[in-house]
Amino acid sequence: MANLEVNFCGVKFRNPTVLASGVLGVTAASLRNVVKNGAGGVTTKSIWLTEHPGHKNPVMFGTDHYFMNAVGLSDAGFEKAETETFPEYMKRKPAPIIANIVAYKLDDFGLLASKIDKLNPDIIEVNISCPNVEDEFGKPFACSIVDASEVTKAVRAMTKKPVVVKLSPNVSNIGEIAKACADAGADGFCAINTVGPGLAIDIDLRMPILSNKVGGVSGPAIKPIAVKCVHDVYKATKLPIIGTGGVLTGRDAIEIMMAGARLVGMGTMIYYREVSGFKKVVKEMDEWCEQNGVKNIEEIIGCVKM
Amino acid sequence: MKNFDTRPVVLEIKKIIKENENTNTYVFEHNLKSKPGQFVMMWIPGVDEKPFSIAYDDGKQFWLMVCKVGPATTELFKLKEGDKVGIRGPFGKAFEFKKGEHLALVGGGYGVAPMYCVAHQAIDKGCKVEFILGARNKDLLLYTQKISGLNGVNLHISTDDGSQGVKGFTTNVLENLIANGVKLDHVFACGPEKMEYFLGLIADKNGIDCQLAVEKYMKCGFGVCGQCVVDSSGECVCKKGTVMNYKFLKKLSEFGKYHRDAQGKKHYF
Repeated sequence: MANLEVNFCGVKFRNPTVLASGVLGVTAASLRNVVKNGAGGVTTKSIWLTEHPGHKNPVMFGTDHYFMNAVGLSDAGFEKAETETFPEYMKRKPAPIIANIVAYKLDDFGLLASKIDKLNPDIIEVNISCPNVEDEFGKPFACSIVDASEVTKAVRAMTKKPVVVKLSPNVSNIGEIAKACADAGADGFCAINTVGPGLAIDIDLRMPILSNKVGGVSGPAIKPIAVKCVHDVYKATKLPIIGTGGVLTGRDAIEIMMAGARLVGMGTMIYYREVSGFKKVVKEMDEWCEQNGVKNIEEIIGCVKM
Repeated sequence: MKNFDTRPVVLEIKKIIKENENTNTYVFEHNLKSKPGQFVMMWIPGVDEKPFSIAYDDGKQFWLMVCKVGPATTELFKLKEGDKVGIRGPFGKAFEFKKGEHLALVGGGYGVAPMYCVAHQAIDKGCKVEFILGARNKDLLLYTQKISGLNGVNLHISTDDGSQGVKGFTTNVLENLIANGVKLDHVFACGPEKMEYFLGLIADKNGIDCQLAVEKYMKCGFGVCGQCVVDSSGECVCKKGTVMNYKFLKKLSEFGKYHRDAQGKKHYF
């Protein structure tokens, strides 16, 4: 048995796998069930200051190669997080919890961060990169160096908790954006959010499948993009990264860690391997470590020879 | 290799059968390959997509029974025969029983749809069927004629106001059957969660296996979005169910008490 324990910004994870934001994150019981199925940590669905409706169905579908979604960040707002999700999860907390927050105004990011801080999550993840709400809010903050940096500053000012910024792959300079966030006080990154947005057309109806028309692309097809982005961010900042995007197996997880990820986020994996896939991925990682003489998983972080 | 394609299949509405003022049965010609108790997501293009249990599936055609209850179904009711919708699925678990068993199938309100589907399979498997059909009043009873036409099925009707059949609830009918010495192997039900809650209690008290199709707000249908998770197990109803055993359901803190909306907010029954 290899040691799969990872230290991320001072928080100890029993294995590197974490549930990515947006999947199975509606209730505390759901998050607990994901931990029970092997995840080393969990991320909440994006939390808004106030209730946010999200898009009408269809909001997601999969294929053999990729998955698309445009849920539209539906959430009952901070009040539910404060009165229900966090109190219920924190009772005998089974694993670290990352609070993912979202807002469409700079001031709201700061206010929400100050409120979330009091719920005592292990890490605060700042969602500035959702590609599914552009009709509502315009281009994500993560697509501009100035906006990304300003949001990071606003959140940083309100909390001493580790702040992780979730980056968008839909830029030409993810390294520069990460560097700007690091300079603004980010402690780490989550890379990447979904790719695109993409467009899938039902040819019988001659119309988009998703009600939002466009949606973020995830799943196996985006793994090379995720691995490249993680490596760019790692090179640019050396800060810890939650590597997310197209990881389905233990070998995929090892690969993204070699690019520089310290933790490995998984969401769409659940579509292909069920929620118990967490256990399987961890077992596969352990087997690979055994076969390759890796005693401590942290040894391989960023080890790729370029 | 497992098929991971969950894009909608676009189908023509072959026939619309009007059941009552607010209820239609939609007939599609397609080999859905479903099992009784499973559901599909029906996409009303440009409007929304909602889960529906399958009322009938013979490998050549399948039926979906729809009640007009909200904006999406109101739009669906504007569609005509020949119009197209998208279907994803079938999803979820089926009712489980063996050849020759004695079943009570309980359909409350529009919950009759999946029970009608089970009845067909039960007959094929040589089972004895007590079909308990309930509604608030006689005008809201659904599929009465269709069920009466099934061979080997005893139909029992209850209405809250007594306008047809026994005055009272489906639970009263079930209790009477048991009291009269009918030996049941299973109680299967679909309907309001409160009704299911009490049916479960009765079956459990009498040592009868009880499987219930539970309705929760759904988005994806395949266990990813997490909108239909239940307290306190945290599992998705679309994957774990919708048909679940009462032995599991009775341990859930939310069963019979509340459900959640599209934003995950609790609403008590």
